[in-house]
Amino acid sequence: MPALTINGKTVHVREGAYLLEAIRKAGFSIPTLCNHEALEPWGGCRLCLVDVTRREWDGWKKMVVSCMFPVEDGLVVDTHSERVVSTRKVVLDLLLARCPEAPVIQELARAHGIEQTSYKPNPEPTDCILCGLCTRVCDHIGVSAISSVDRGIGREIAPPFHKAPPDCIGCLACAEVCPTDCIPYKTSDSARTIWDKKFEMVRCPACGRAHITEEQSAYYADRNGVPASYFETCDACKRKEQAATFAGLSLAR
Amino acid sequence: MAIETRKQFEKAVKAAVDKQKKHKAEILVCCGTGCLANGSAKVAEAFAEQIEKQGMDASVGLFSKKTGCHGFCQQGPLVSIQPRGVLYNKVKPEHVPEILEKTVANGEVIQKLLYKNPADRKRVEQYNEIPFYKNQTRVAMRNIGQVDPTDIEDALARGAYAGLAKALFEMKPDQVVDEVAASGLRGRGGAGFATARKWKAARKAEGDRKFVLCNGDEGDPGAFKDRSIMEGDPHSVLEGMVIGAYAVGAHEGFIYVRDEYPLAVVNLTIAIDQARKSGFLGKNILGTGFDFDVRISRGGGAFVCGESSALMRSLEGKTGEPRQKYIHATDRGLFDCPTVLNNVETWADVGTILDRGSKWFASMGTDKSKGTKAFSLVGKVKNTGLIELPMGTTLRHIIYDIGGGILKDRPFKAVQTGGPSGGCVPESLLDLPVDYEKLTEAGSMMGSGGMIVMDDRTCMVDVARYFLSFLVEESCGKCVPCREGLKQMLAIFDDLVAGRGKPGDVERIERLAEGMRLGSLCELGKSAPNPVTSTLRYFRDEYVAHIEHKACPAGTCRDLTAFEILEEACNGCHACAKACPVDAIAGEKKKLHVIDHETCISCGACFDVCPTDAVRFFPKVEITQEVV
Repeated sequence: MPALTINGKTVHVREGAYLLEAIRKAGFSIPTLCNHEALEPWGGCRLCLVDVTRREWDGWKKMVVSCMFPVEDGLVVDTHSERVVSTRKVVLDLLLARCPEAPVIQELARAHGIEQTSYKPNPEPTDCILCGLCTRVCDHIGVSAISSVDRGIGREIAPPFHKAPPDCIGCLACAEVCPTDCIPYKTSDSARTIWDKKFEMVRCPACGRAHITEEQSAYYADRNGVPASYFETCDACKRKEQAATFAGLSLAR
Repeated sequence: MAIETRKQFEKAVKAAVDKQKKHKAEILVCCGTGCLANGSAKVAEAFAEQIEKQGMDASVGLFSKKTGCHGFCQQGPLVSIQPRGVLYNKVKPEHVPEILEKTVANGEVIQKLLYKNPADRKRVEQYNEIPFYKNQTRVAMRNIGQVDPTDIEDALARGAYAGLAKALFEMKPDQVVDEVAASGLRGRGGAGFATARKWKAARKAEGDRKFVLCNGDEGDPGAFKDRSIMEGDPHSVLEGMVIGAYAVGAHEGFIYVRDEYPLAVVNLTIAIDQARKSGFLGKNILGTGFDFDVRISRGGGAFVCGESSALMRSLEGKTGEPRQKYIHATDRGLFDCPTVLNNVETWADVGTILDRGSKWFASMGTDKSKGTKAFSLVGKVKNTGLIELPMGTTLRHIIYDIGGGILKDRPFKAVQTGGPSGGCVPESLLDLPVDYEKLTEAGSMMGSGGMIVMDDRTCMVDVARYFLSFLVEESCGKCVPCREGLKQMLAIFDDLVAGRGKPGDVERIERLAEGMRLGSLCELGKSAPNPVTSTLRYFRDEYVAHIEHKACPAGTCRDLTAFEILEEACNGCHACAKACPVDAIAGEKKKLHVIDHETCISCGACFDVCPTDAVRFFPKVEITQEVV
C-alpha cells in the first residue's frame, strides 16, 4: 500500500487510487465540481489542483489535478500551498463571472474569500459550468444523446442540432448528476419532458406509479436481454414480490 | 516492382540517377501552394506544352517538372533552370517561349525576370547567390524545390530512402535509436523534447500494438513549414516514419494532416502509394521481414488537435480534446497503446541523419540544440518565405541578411516567434542565437517555427490582443482557466485598445496570466498567456500609455489615434486624399491638405502613402482636451 505525506500527515491508500481519494482519506477537504465517483475522472474544473513533490526532487514541485494523478509511494502533497490557493481562486473567480447566479458557485467562491468576481460578469448568466458530468454520465449509460458542442467560448452542452435528441431515453441521469441543477425537466404520472423531448411513462401494474419512460424500459430490456415487461413493475413492487416469494419459501421448509 | 534486396535497392537508385543524367537541362517550376496561388500551374503547363511541341526533350534533353515550395513565395511563381542555376521570379505563361528561346536555347539571361536585391537594386542571376538562399542550410527541406513530389524515382535519385536502407540492412533497432540520440535531434514541433528519448521509451514499453504518428496539424498563424515539407517532399516524411517504426517496433502509423492542406494530402497519398509499390512501406519492407504501413487522417480544422493528446483522441474518432497526461503517450497513447508522435519536420530530418550520420547533424547548431531548423519568415520584412538555418543563427542574421531588413526600412520593433504559444522578442535581443533554450529564456518559444517580424507601426498591446482573439476561439473549452481565462483576458484587452483601460489592469492581467499558466490542462492553455506576458515584459510602457494616457504609441489602435497633416511638410501631392477610404481629407493639388477628425476612421492609409512623411499621428484625447 503506497504511503503518502499529505499536508504533513502520513496516509496509506490502495494501489491504483488517485490522489483525490488519498487527500480525502487523510481528512482534508478539497473542492471539486467535475468529479463523480461513478465516472472516470476528467480534469476539467481544475479546482482539485495540488502541489506534489518527492524528497529527491530537491524542492522542485509540480502542480497536478489530484482527481487524475495516480498515487505513488513517497509522494509529498501540499493541498493549500500559496500558488495552489491563488490558482484555485482565479478559477473560482472566473467561474463566478460565468455563473454569477449559481448558488453552488457563489458559496464555493465565498468560502475562498471571493464575494464578487473581479472579471466581467457574464451578460447572459448561465448556471452551466461545462463540467461535462451530464455528457459523461450519458456516455457511460451508453446512450450518448447529448454532447459538448463547438469549442472555446462557443462551447455548450446540447443535443444534436439543438433539437429533441432522438437517442435520449429520458432517464434524467444528466439532470441528477448536474452540480448546479441547471438541466430543466418536468416529470409527472403521465409524461416526462427533458431536452425538449416528450416521453410517455410506464405505470407499475402493481402500485400504479409512473416510474420509468417507455424508451428507458425498451433500452434496458435490449441491453440486458430481458423482456420489456420486466421493467413494467417498479423496483419497490419487485422487492415486495420478492419478499413474498422468499416468505413462501421459508414456509415450505 | 517491390524492392526486396540491397542489390535491388542500389540498382533502383542507379537507374533513377541514370535517368536524371539524360536530362541535360531541367526547368523546375515551383508548384507549392504559394506559387500555385500566383498561377504557377499554368506556367508549368505552358513549359510542358512548348517543350513537347518543339521536341526539345529529344533534341536538347530538356525536361520540365513541377516541384514543391522553393520558399521564396513572395516572388512567385518561381522557375529555376538547371544546371545553369538561374532563378526567374514572377514568371507568367507568356514568358515561357522567351525563356525557352533565349535562356535554354541560347544561354542568354532575361534580366527583367531576375530577382532584384532591394539592398543594392542589382539583379541576381544565380539561385544560390540570392541572399535569401545563400545564407540557408537545408536539411529537412533538402529536396524541396528540387524534386517532383509525385515521382519517387526523382526522390530516389536525390538520396531518398538511403537512410532507411542503411537502418534496415545494417542496423539493429537499438542502434537506430542510439544514432538518433547521438545526433541530438529534438522535436521540431516546438517543445523540443529529445526525439530519441521518446523512441527509447516507446521501444521499452510493453504492448503488441504500437503506433508511430506524424503531426501535420500545423496551425500557428503565419507558419507553413510542415505544409511545404508534406507537399514538396513527402518521401522524406515517410522515410523518417518507417525508420522510427523500425526503431520502436511499431507496425502501424498515421499522418494527421489538417484539412486546410489539400495539396499535402494529395502528394502524400501519391507518395504512400508509390512507396508501397516500391517496397518501402507495407509488408516485408525491402525484403527484411519488417512490416509497417501508414494511413492519412485528415483533421477537422481545430488548432488544439495539434496538441498530442487531442490529436490522438481525434484519431480515435472522438472529439479532439486534450486529456490530462500523467502517463506518457509512449506508454499509453493512441488507443492506449505505446505511441510515438513527432512533427513533420522531425520525421523529415531522420532519414538524412541515418544516411549522413549523427556526427554531421550534431556538427551544426548549438550546445543543446543540434542541426537546423525551418522557419516561416513573415511580417514586415522585405523577403518573406520559408527558410532553414543552423540552430544558433542570430535573429539579426535572419531578419536583416535573409529577410533583407524591414519593409520601407522602418525601425524594427519585435519579432514574434512560436505562434500563439510564443512571445515577442524585442530589438535589444536581436543578437540572440535562436535555439530552444534561448527563446524560452527570452519568454518566447521555438514553436512551429513561425517568425512574424514587426516594425514600429505595430502596437504590442494589439498584437497580444490578436493572439488572444485567435485562442479564445481555438481553445477546446474543456478546462476553466483556459476557456474562461482567455475570454476575460480578451475582454480586458478589448478595453485597453478602446481607451477603457483602468489603473490596476496590468496587475489583473498578470494575476490571470499566472492562474492560466498554472491551472490549465494542456500546453495550449498553459502557454496561452505567453503573448501577453512577453509583451508586458518588454513593452510595459506601451501598456501604461494605453491605460494612463489613453494613447497608442504605435499609432495603430484606432480608438486612441488621430492623424494630422503637417503644413511645413505637405507638398499637396494629393496621394493621401486618394488613399483615404472615407474621404476625410480635403485639399487641392499642390496645396495643404487637411484631415477632418470627425470623418476620419484612423486607418492610417494616409500615413502609409505620404511620400514626404507629412502625416503625423497623435493621441486622440488631445483633440477633446483642446476642445475642453
